[in-house]
Amino acid sequence: MNEMDNKWIGKNTIRPDGADKVTGRAEYAADTIMPGMIWGKVLRSPHPHATIKSINTKKAEELDGVFSVATSADCVDFPVDTPVILGIQDIRWMARNVLAKEKVLFHGHPIAAVAARTEEIAEKACELIEVEYNIHPWAIEIDDAIKPNAPILHDFINFDGKPSNIAGTLEHKKGNIEEGFKEADVVIEREFETAAVHQGYLETHACLVSVSPDDRTTIWSSSQGQFMVRAMTSFITGIPQSSIRAIPAEIGGGFGGKTIVYLEPVATILSKKSGRPVKMVMTREEVMRASGPTSGSKSKVKIGAKNNGKITAAQGTFYLQAGAFPGAPIRGAAGCCLAPYDIPNAHTFGYDVVSNRSKVAAYRAPGAPIGAYAVECVLDEVAEALKMCPLEFRLKNAAKEGTKAVHGPTYPVMGYVETLEACLSHPHYKAPLKKLQGRGYASGFWFNAGGESSAQVNITEDGNVVVTTGHPDIGGSRASIANITAELLGIDVNRVSVLIGDTATIGFSNLTGGSRVLFASALVVTESTNQVIDILKDRASKIWNIDKEAIEWENGEARPAGDNAGKFKPLSLVELAEQATPTGGPIGAGHQVNTVGAEGGFATHICDVEVDIELGIARIIRYTAAQDVGKAIHPAYVEGQLQGGVVQGIGWALNEEYIYNKEGKLDNPGFLDYRIPVCSDLPMIDTILVEVPNPQHPQGVRGVGEVPIVPPLSAIANAIYNAIGTRFYSLPMSPPKVLEKISD
Amino acid sequence: MSEVKFISPETIEQAVDAYSKSSKEGKTKILAGGTDLLVQIRSGISQPDTIIDIKNIKELKEISNDNGSYTIGAAVAGAVLDEEEDFGNNWPGVLEALRLIGSEQIQGRASLGGNLCNASPAGDSVPALIASGATVKIQGPEGERKMPIESFHVGPGKTNLKNGEIVVNFQFPKKQRNSGDAYLRMIPRTEMDIAVVGCAVNVTIENDKCVDARVALGAVAPKALLVEDASKALIGSNFEKEAVEKASLACEAACNPIDDKRGTISYRKKVSKVLFKRALEKAIERAKKG
Ligand SMILES: Cc1cc2nc3c(=O)[nH]c(=O)nc-3n(C[C@H](O)[C@H](O)[C@H](O)COP(=O)(O)OP(=O)(O)OC[C@H]3O[C@@H](n4cnc5c(N)ncnc54)[C@H](O)[C@@H]3O)c2cc1C
Repeated sequence: MNEMDNKWIGKNTIRPDGADKVTGRAEYAADTIMPGMIWGKVLRSPHPHATIKSINTKKAEELDGVFSVATSADCVDFPVDTPVILGIQDIRWMARNVLAKEKVLFHGHPIAAVAARTEEIAEKACELIEVEYNIHPWAIEIDDAIKPNAPILHDFINFDGKPSNIAGTLEHKKGNIEEGFKEADVVIEREFETAAVHQGYLETHACLVSVSPDDRTTIWSSSQGQFMVRAMTSFITGIPQSSIRAIPAEIGGGFGGKTIVYLEPVATILSKKSGRPVKMVMTREEVMRASGPTSGSKSKVKIGAKNNGKITAAQGTFYLQAGAFPGAPIRGAAGCCLAPYDIPNAHTFGYDVVSNRSKVAAYRAPGAPIGAYAVECVLDEVAEALKMCPLEFRLKNAAKEGTKAVHGPTYPVMGYVETLEACLSHPHYKAPLKKLQGRGYASGFWFNAGGESSAQVNITEDGNVVVTTGHPDIGGSRASIANITAELLGIDVNRVSVLIGDTATIGFSNLTGGSRVLFASALVVTESTNQVIDILKDRASKIWNIDKEAIEWENGEARPAGDNAGKFKPLSLVELAEQATPTGGPIGAGHQVNTVGAEGGFATHICDVEVDIELGIARIIRYTAAQDVGKAIHPAYVEGQLQGGVVQGIGWALNEEYIYNKEGKLDNPGFLDYRIPVCSDLPMIDTILVEVPNPQHPQGVRGVGEVPIVPPLSAIANAIYNAIGTRFYSLPMSPPKVLEKISD
Repeated sequence: MSEVKFISPETIEQAVDAYSKSSKEGKTKILAGGTDLLVQIRSGISQPDTIIDIKNIKELKEISNDNGSYTIGAAVAGAVLDEEEDFGNNWPGVLEALRLIGSEQIQGRASLGGNLCNASPAGDSVPALIASGATVKIQGPEGERKMPIESFHVGPGKTNLKNGEIVVNFQFPKKQRNSGDAYLRMIPRTEMDIAVVGCAVNVTIENDKCVDARVALGAVAPKALLVEDASKALIGSNFEKEAVEKASLACEAACNPIDDKRGTISYRKKVSKVLFKRALEKAIERAKKG
């Protein structure tokens, strides 16, 4: 496809979901209601760590208005010693996270649930459930969880031959680091900490589930994967997947946090037991206490370089909180942190640490911001010691096509260097700074993903197009798919309607995560559309009675080509659709495949801050994000992804944190004291879309949604140092922390 | 929430009567803008069986100006007071404190009376009201009484209101010539946050000399404070460095904060000095303009 001739790809077409959202018509999970519907509520643990001795639900069941009660006894039993892997999750843990079984492992851990005529009755009934606990000491912070004699969360987890809260490790090795550090002229080693942070989606978890007497189950819910909802609900309830239809609602934000279930299996059990449709909606407080967040961390990074600016060795150790069950994103931290660089000798190590916090969920490039924060801050110090510009220093060590990455692969075509060059030539790089203002830089990487995807492209009777895919749209995939389909068919984009199918109407599609969706669905949609074009040519060949090979598809119509050129009047899509029945029937095609060839994404950010040194407040005053986006199919959406990632990174760096009190309970379970940035905290965020197309994709697409949250933490820390000469090794850099360190 | 009785009286007497007959302590609640009360009901902190809406009582919704001396009804919403142009010219510090409460939407409801009676140590308008020298008029079953704002609170969530008493209005002194007030707060974000420290200053200047000063702090103690030692340090001075420093140290000394999720003790103490100096500067600037 010739770049210059693109009519729709690369255009900011109107968002297909826009009108519904701005007029309040969009249906989110909590908007669905059914006749006879009742309400479910969850009883949550008042203790951070305890063994459940008994649960007595009798009084709750007897309360007027109560229809059913659920506990883990109603779930399929998954023995603790047998892994049941689904994607990156283990159903053993998922089941116990949804309804606690042997133990409660964090304050807010669900223990039981009640369905009743009203939410109020359900809440009251929860209070009537009697639970006997054997209370244990708890560990919240990593240090408390890994010290000798720490309270052990899971008896069966061993590390170094002893019961431990270290549930897993991961290692990447390249070359020989001892030799590498010996060669270095400058070696810098630092320790870092980051706080646990929540994804902060506005829409709280919600679902409506209706189970009929023959177990056929319909689930309406907000998630990042209707097939994930179906599978997890099936595992936990024992209802076969073929009997479950999961219908995705419009989603009010997920950022990774909606890649697992909390409510759906519980509502399914409650509905099955009561015979009524059951609706459950979490409060914000429940979301904060018991869903998400991503890991807090402790890490240590050491980097050595020669006076000529070449990095000779790098080492990183990352401890990440998993929350109550194993599964911290150590791969993102240990795997992504050195990915932008060509480093001969490197060793990274990750530890998956369980503690009495809510189980972590994916959050935009899970783990990668944590790893990059430590590495990019140390790089800034090494560059300073070498008296090099931090961007030139990165350029000198940048990974390129053919570089063997520390985490394994040898890179194909990639655009990291281009992001550095774009920053170096951007006016922001040279803009003057005033007193107490500073500039910081950082880069970042995310793997990106492919995976299973299905699509169906159908031509309507009036000659328009309906495309169905299977991934919830959280970042603009519908608009982008419309652009691509319109481009391939050569028709106006407004004639293409893109829908997200449910689990019964479209083939299996892996969840929306890993920045996979446009990469994967564009592949299957392209293949399906090409098949449709083939069918259209076939129909034209029947009408004209010539060879299909002698027909070309151009500008939305079939044209006779070669010897036949000009012999017949071209047939438009509308005309072909009109004659669909006599020429063979409905026109449409689908494709489903495990997509491969997703390539990583790289970004480099420039950040300016101004620090009020009397109050300890750092304000972001200018921000520029450059990223290799492969090909921006819908540039406004791509920019939105970059800006959104930066904003979440700013929150992570400056104010967001899970604060636990002395009783092991989250002390700030709401948006007042869990401080995500508000609009007035933010500058305009410039984006530079570097386009180095992914050669393994028909449109050159690379994932773009996750990389932009990777650099901000360190870009901001480096900018603060540049402004006031103090380095911060602990996030968030909140005003009390900043002022304390400056006053020292 | 179970069933709640909602009363909407039109006179103070009716309100006081209903309020004083409340069944159990805390079970009957006064509702002004509801921006605190509704949040508290939703979160289960407050579980009233009766709500008395005072927004239909004329006196509580009135703004009057008697020869430069303002009376503001306890239930007047922030946005309404904001439109009263001359009030802001007289008490820009009080108005800027009130304006900081919440957002556009909250402003349409939030009242000075609610902010005061909610008795949060971090309530933004309270230090500004103290610095202004305003008094509050209270009416209860035993009649009417007045109180300076600084005497109103006992501690977090606790006031000196007796059973059945409601706040009727705020009475401001006539603004002195060459006086000015200002309020500043420290929050980690730029909006939608709770004061970690708040500071209000009201000064009167004659021939470059400070002839009157009132300094108040919020969020640094169980209740908002009038810092009399800071006033003493300023009155009679030319706002020279030493006097300002002394007053700022008085602010620091007056602080009796806690370590909590919103800030540490040492942070609050340091910030009280900084905010005092910044608010003073602003108040002086305003005083010099008249
Ligand atoms: C999103 C949001 C942001 C906020 N931001 C801020 C902020 O930045 N700064 C700040 O200080 N506050 C803030 N608040 C709190 C609140 O808006 C203020 O305290 C407001 O002034 C309360 O006024 P109201 O009229 O809504 O009070 P209400 O909620 O009606 O009443 C508050 C309390 O006072 C009692 N009461 C009210 N009037 C009287 C009366 N006349 N006599 C006796 N008792 C009475 C009520 O019974 C209740 O206990 C915020 C609230 C929200 C929801």
